[in-house]
Amino acid sequence: MLGKLTWSAIPFDQPIPLVAAALVGSVIVCVLIWVIVKGHLPYLWNEWITSVDHKRIGEMYTILALVMLLRGFTDAMMMRLQQALAFQSPGYLPPEHYNQIFSAHGTLMIFFVAMPFMIGLMNFVVPLQLGIRDVAFPTLNSVGFWLTATGALLVNISLVVGEFARTGWLPYPPLSELTYSPGVGPDYYLWALEISGVGTLVSGVNLVTTILKVHAPGMTYMRMPMFCWTSLASNLLIVAAFPILTATLAMLLLDRYLGFHFFTNEAGGNVMMFMNLIWAWGHPEVYILILPAFGVFSEVVATFSRKPLFGYRSMVMATMAICLLSFTVWLHHFFTMGAGADVNAIFGIMSMIIAVPTGVKIFNWLFTMYGGRVVFAPPMLWALGFMVTFVIGGMTGVLLAVPPADFVLHNSLFLVAHFHNVIIGGVLFGGFAGYSYWFPKAFGFRLHEGLGVAAFWCWLVGFYLAFGPLYVLGLDGMTRRMQHYDVPEWHPWLLVAAAGALVILAGIVLQVVQLVVSIRDRAELRDTTGDPWNGRSLEWATPSPPPAFNFPVLPHVEGEDAYWAIKQRAIAVATAGEEPTYAAIEMPRNSPTGFICAFFATFMGFALIWHIWWMVAVAAVGAFATFVVFAWRDVPDYIIPASKVARIARANRRSRELALANLRPVR
Amino acid sequence: MTAVLTMWGKFTMRAASDRRHRPPGRLIICIPLVLTGCQAAILDPKGFVGLSEKTILIDSLAIMLAIVLPTIAATLGFAWWFRVANMRARYLPDWAYSGRIELIVWGIPLLTIMLLGGVAWIGSHDLDPAKPLASTSPPLEVQGVSMDWKWLFIYPDQHVASVNQLIIPAGVPVHFSLTSASVMNAFFVPALGSMIYTMNGMATQLNLQAGAPGSFHGLSSHYSGDGFSDMHFEVHAMPPDGFQSWVAATRNSGSVLDTGTYRHLMIQSIAIEPFTYKDAEAGLFQKIVRQELPPGPGPQTGTPSLDVSPRSAQ
Amino acid sequence: MSGVSATADPHPMGELLSKRIVTGYGFWIFLLSDIIMFSAFFATYAVLAGATAGGPTGRDLFNLDSVAIETGCLLLSSFTCGLASIGAQTRRDLLFYGAMTVTFLLGLGFLSIEVREFAGMVARGAGPSRSAFLSAFFTLVGCHGLHVSAGLLWLLTMMAQVFAKGYRPDILRRVLCFSLFWHALDIVWIGVFTVVYLMGAGQ
Repeated sequence: MLGKLTWSAIPFDQPIPLVAAALVGSVIVCVLIWVIVKGHLPYLWNEWITSVDHKRIGEMYTILALVMLLRGFTDAMMMRLQQALAFQSPGYLPPEHYNQIFSAHGTLMIFFVAMPFMIGLMNFVVPLQLGIRDVAFPTLNSVGFWLTATGALLVNISLVVGEFARTGWLPYPPLSELTYSPGVGPDYYLWALEISGVGTLVSGVNLVTTILKVHAPGMTYMRMPMFCWTSLASNLLIVAAFPILTATLAMLLLDRYLGFHFFTNEAGGNVMMFMNLIWAWGHPEVYILILPAFGVFSEVVATFSRKPLFGYRSMVMATMAICLLSFTVWLHHFFTMGAGADVNAIFGIMSMIIAVPTGVKIFNWLFTMYGGRVVFAPPMLWALGFMVTFVIGGMTGVLLAVPPADFVLHNSLFLVAHFHNVIIGGVLFGGFAGYSYWFPKAFGFRLHEGLGVAAFWCWLVGFYLAFGPLYVLGLDGMTRRMQHYDVPEWHPWLLVAAAGALVILAGIVLQVVQLVVSIRDRAELRDTTGDPWNGRSLEWATPSPPPAFNFPVLPHVEGEDAYWAIKQRAIAVATAGEEPTYAAIEMPRNSPTGFICAFFATFMGFALIWHIWWMVAVAAVGAFATFVVFAWRDVPDYIIPASKVARIARANRRSRELALANLRPVR
Repeated sequence: MTAVLTMWGKFTMRAASDRRHRPPGRLIICIPLVLTGCQAAILDPKGFVGLSEKTILIDSLAIMLAIVLPTIAATLGFAWWFRVANMRARYLPDWAYSGRIELIVWGIPLLTIMLLGGVAWIGSHDLDPAKPLASTSPPLEVQGVSMDWKWLFIYPDQHVASVNQLIIPAGVPVHFSLTSASVMNAFFVPALGSMIYTMNGMATQLNLQAGAPGSFHGLSSHYSGDGFSDMHFEVHAMPPDGFQSWVAATRNSGSVLDTGTYRHLMIQSIAIEPFTYKDAEAGLFQKIVRQELPPGPGPQTGTPSLDVSPRSAQ
Repeated sequence: MSGVSATADPHPMGELLSKRIVTGYGFWIFLLSDIIMFSAFFATYAVLAGATAGGPTGRDLFNLDSVAIETGCLLLSSFTCGLASIGAQTRRDLLFYGAMTVTFLLGLGFLSIEVREFAGMVARGAGPSRSAFLSAFFTLVGCHGLHVSAGLLWLLTMMAQVFAKGYRPDILRRVLCFSLFWHALDIVWIGVFTVVYLMGAGQ
């Protein structure tokens, strides 16, 4: 009746997951009770869950990312603790548990922290920067978010019901085949990613269409902010690469569920095929992650240097070059599979070539600062930390791209240090920079600055403390994913790494405190003008937070740094310009389609994992029915009357005119 | 040592710009670096292959540091000099393009990459794992089979085999043919050089040589399941006559490795004590590679059940 | 503010490109992603085509006559789908419903031949679990068949929508997307029958 599912799937005999699950469960129940008792449920449903507003969806993606960061970091702390303890000792985590933890750590961090963080920022910012009202397909946007959340939910359910995969963040066969992993773990992983992969693809299609086809009047491609260019490149990569992931994981699922032989040892299966396919997706994936971060830094460095971005055109060329080249390097992930000297050398050289446009970007940011007036606000600190850290990480990457060097460093902690170097120093720092930069725009008040600075230093120092030793350990021959070891030379370094993790923990705690304190003190921290950083692009022309329609009248764009020109003219004539005529605005209606679709997707995924076939059928029918019901609606939009538009716009004009009095023209 | 310099360089660069904070811990960390840096296995190779790889590693690092260190210095320098409080710095609010700088900015990475690309091309060909090593002695043939979770080494010409230990003669090139009985693994002796994957149904080739007698740590460098952390083995490089006496002694004790004992060995087990076989069936390795012998079995039990959460044998 | 247009607009993207263009463009992007997914299956098939594990090969199994009929059905259905599009845009009920029905029947015909082929192969012990080659074959061809099935479901839904709501602009946009989808499936099929059947039977 319930497939493989029985009560004994809950780990009553394992204290750690049981306690963790109980803790998280009680927090969730408490939050739910508070929401319902305080009467917030209608607000949550109407303003957030059924929202198709790109700003709300972007904020929800970011919230998902930050919450999953806590879970993924907990996994990291557990791993560091285990490795610090497990010198000639079994440690406190048996292999079957430790192996789940590092698999969950990688899976969560890439798919449910880094991806949603970047996608959230892109969803929030891109329509505002393009001077438009929303993305091309708002309801589809909501579907994409909720399917991503489904994936995260399934991974977290595995903590309580059954177990997670023990196959790493990429499930290499034949280990991930039924013969060697007959449990439910890999199935949790596979279905969570197949479902959230649909969500990601949907988001990719949406943003590509929006950036290429929906602009404010006068916003040609070469006048788009750099963040929009990198978002375009990232989403093109999503559209081109995620189908490969979907196909590859589907093949593994067919092997596991229907006895196919794509990657099995028997009947002609080919393990190397999996490696090629998964990394043909996997390498573009890391560029999907880093390109939006590069975009954030382009915005932040320009704004906080009080100068336009240096070399805009070559930045665009470098971005699109990275986009194309990212598909030509995938074999560097398995130089040691034995493809031969010519193949290895060619892919090594291609991997180095992709470092060229990246280097160009770093130099352009450098020259953006040159001749500027640099302000060390928290977003700029993250940017500086990134420029130093990412360059080191990129260097170790190019080192690993030399096949003979890779022959001794592959899969070692040197590799682990390298990719954490670029992902933390690049993607995460970029996310935090974007978070602190656009937070005032999203919520109408700034984040407490002192706590933000402190958090930054903890992250920076903690990162080097935690991962510097891993470079040394890799050079000392320690491979990754070891649950215990007995080489004495390795032990002290792992202790230092654990200490580093604690410093990062301090950084995270400070960020949580920062959020709490900022919410508590939001009256003092209020952003009254909508332009707290003296920004250059169009999102700073709106009030904070922007109204649902973003701009009362779509702006006419006449050059790069669209808002900067508008602002300088306004300062020069000391007035906000003539008031336009306001008209009623039609906006897309909220819809529960995304949420309900995800509801059915969750049940379908869970049922597929546990082989509850009738539930699969019911959920599939439910998901299809949801779409049909959505397709049947007659009123897709609602009207915001002109009077309301005028009221909101005039309030913004008043606060800006007040601020104008305090601004001087740029020298 | 270069790792030391890199780390030291990183720390001093940041310390120089960072007037407010100077956590003392960072300096203390550098001391053990100095002490142990010279013993890092890959930076202190004991074989010709590893030595060449180390050279390439150091050379590539040096080439890149020549770009990276000035870039980091410039980042911190520009940020500090052009800070808003520094009224002596020139403010160029409209300067956003310079053809000359563009040329340099594209040119320097390109030239660096061309240089490194050459290193990569030559190095990949010289150090291709399958390429035989130049030597006056004929190579020793060793056939390696990774299984869950131990290593089997067959000496086809000496007709012996060993589990979780590898005895080789020093100064003689060793040609490894490697395969896997079950899942993907990688054969790696850090002190000697390159690693290579092992896969069921396929044979990969590797050539290594120990320069002088010694003992080295060997491991699997590709995660393969619950017993993965115990998949290490001792490598003993002996003088050639020492190797011959080991072969002779091994032929006199222990059991025989044939398809029957092989099938038994394939069953999942963890942390096996090293032992030897006094005779190895001829052609066994080829049978494994051609899959005439089926791949190793997976886990057989689980809690609560095998199809929910498998447990491997202890 | 100077530089901001004095003309206001009632539509979210109204003075920008029309919804029809934007929707069509977005759907094209989705179709390209779907074709990339098929490419992954094509690449896998190409690599595994020889991995027959001692079992039957393409030459043993493929019946080119039924493949020809399937191809004819699908190509013809693309034509009738085009007729249905014209019927929708010109609001001619007979043309629209008639052409859609014929499209459905042709698609159904294609599917039933394919299902019969699969069932026959399974019955002969040449199912997908026999060898890697057969796994790749069933997956590639089956994935296309699944898309056709989804398309037929979509087709019926579109007919129901037009029946219930008439030729409204948003319904017409969906008909446009459906016909793009259907034509794309045709293109993929040409790839399938060339790479799989023609080349497979020739080996």
